[in-house]
Amino acid sequence: MQSDSIKRAIPWMLSLAVLALLPVTGLLRGSFLSHVLVMILLNASMAQAWNIIGGYAGQVSFGHSVFFGIGAYGAAYAVTNLKMTPYPGALAGAVLAAVLAVIIGYPTFKLKGHYFAIATFAIVEVFHRLFMIWEDVGGAVGLDYPILKDGWRNFSWSRSKVGYFYGALILFGIIFSLVRALEKARFGYYLKAIREGQETAESLGVDARRYKLAAMALSAAMAAMCGAFFAQYNYRVDPSMVLSLDMSMRFVLITILGGIGTLWGPLLGAAILIPLQEYTRAYLAKLGPGVDLVIFGLIIILVMQFQPKGIMGMIDAARKRRRKLAAAGNEHEGGRQ
Amino acid sequence: MGLFLQVLLDGLWSGLLYGLIAAGLSLIWGVLDIINFAHGEFLMAGMYVSFFLGFLFKIDPLVSWVASAAFLFLLGVVTYKFVVKRTLGKAMAPLLATFGLSMVIKNFAMNRFTPNFRILSGTIMEGKVISLGQGAVMIPVPNLVTALFSLVVLGLLYWMLTRTRFGWAVQATAMDVEAARLMGVNTERIFILVFGIGGACVGVAAGLLPSYLATHPDVGSLFGLIAFMVVAMGGFGSIPGALLAAILIGLIESFAGFYIAPVFKYVAVFGVYLLVIMIRPKGLFGW
Repeated sequence: MQSDSIKRAIPWMLSLAVLALLPVTGLLRGSFLSHVLVMILLNASMAQAWNIIGGYAGQVSFGHSVFFGIGAYGAAYAVTNLKMTPYPGALAGAVLAAVLAVIIGYPTFKLKGHYFAIATFAIVEVFHRLFMIWEDVGGAVGLDYPILKDGWRNFSWSRSKVGYFYGALILFGIIFSLVRALEKARFGYYLKAIREGQETAESLGVDARRYKLAAMALSAAMAAMCGAFFAQYNYRVDPSMVLSLDMSMRFVLITILGGIGTLWGPLLGAAILIPLQEYTRAYLAKLGPGVDLVIFGLIIILVMQFQPKGIMGMIDAARKRRRKLAAAGNEHEGGRQ
Repeated sequence: MGLFLQVLLDGLWSGLLYGLIAAGLSLIWGVLDIINFAHGEFLMAGMYVSFFLGFLFKIDPLVSWVASAAFLFLLGVVTYKFVVKRTLGKAMAPLLATFGLSMVIKNFAMNRFTPNFRILSGTIMEGKVISLGQGAVMIPVPNLVTALFSLVVLGLLYWMLTRTRFGWAVQATAMDVEAARLMGVNTERIFILVFGIGGACVGVAAGLLPSYLATHPDVGSLFGLIAFMVVAMGGFGSIPGALLAAILIGLIESFAGFYIAPVFKYVAVFGVYLLVIMIRPKGLFGW
């Protein structure tokens, strides 16, 4: 059992190590490519954080920008107003987000379907407007970072993006390892059982509300860490940037495009969508503003028409087709089960 | 007293406007059980139709609401056929597909029409105000006319749903698609028409709005969100519920804006919505 899980971890550790060696190869010298890579890792981590509650526990929340925003403001507040390193701010943000997730989750988890979705929209709007008028965190203007010395102490690099790449990789490694462990843990199975049928799970003795709240808190804390990274990378935060419905939708869309409730879905979604978005933004700029988002919207519409289970759904379908073909082939040769 | 009455009436006008905007959304939700996330962008698109008719051809919003309603009827039908139809019954797919559509419409408008606020001047109702009691209470005519339109449209919608054969077919489809089909209802046609009518309702509001509100690509976002609140608060596809919830939201907005602080009005609106939904998880009139 023990050696099994170690064996299972080897390819995962190896791939993280390979990713960690990328900057050494000199492939990342172009700053645009490193920017795209950092964004892929960040967005995959965000989507994975959302996947815990949205995918595994089946509660499709459109409120994750609130947790993301709290993390972002936590780090930014520590740096700009308290003149500290961002780490205590990020940590405080993650804890606050987890507490808030429980406070939000407790009453809203009894809402069904669209009612839950709309309630989470409303929560985003409330926080958006509160941060807009909260002068201590800069109101509508937000918080602007001062010029900081490069390095891990400030989690800030101005000359090259390699530092941010490693930061994003650590974030990605932590969140994906966590969900990887979750997939095989009792907790993960409980969540899936609740998603498939809450009454059935409860009748078997699973305390559905407790596990959903725990999943929400974990998901919120991870989303807040992503927010803190975003603030450090972006060097400023304001309510419309982090605490918006568009930001909330980003969590949901990437996960769903990649494959909701699967371990690799969030990475696949980010690896396809982010380069597409960044490159169309860069290359279609001459067509005026918004063209990249029009294309983004069209892709979402198209994917939803044909494969709402996302890329993992396509892979699954292809696998099944191949298995069916193989089975048909066997039957043809007279092999029967 | 005059002040109180003024705040009350202002809340009533916004509430009735929200009711008109939300009616189509409520209908679509009630029959197809989906949220049309692009509803706010429908409103924005209709406002551009009305604005450009006024700006280029000097047609008053009092007339061009017809064009705007017709345009949104078509947009609704197209949306159903090409965006929604294939996604029906697949959990979150309709919501996300219409979210994609909202991104397309909003950014298309941003790209073609620039983010500038466009104000239509020289309309018939521009700046007209009815003053009562030596100016103690002011009633802006455009808001009043929109409110009256709202009552008429909601009344017609309610009449259609409860008193006509078509309405009965719609209700049957909303209750059980399979059973309705077995009874000979062409449910596909019902879905198309419901989306069209839902669009046309918001089109009426969109056509009138440029006479007192600036048109810009982001104008639909807040209205769309408020429409979601209205519909969820009113309860699953209930037109009277939506009207009541809309007026309630208009009043909360107006009173919170006046007696607490203008910046708090939407915090209060969304906060009260969250409270209501905790007590009645399926809305005031939901079942």
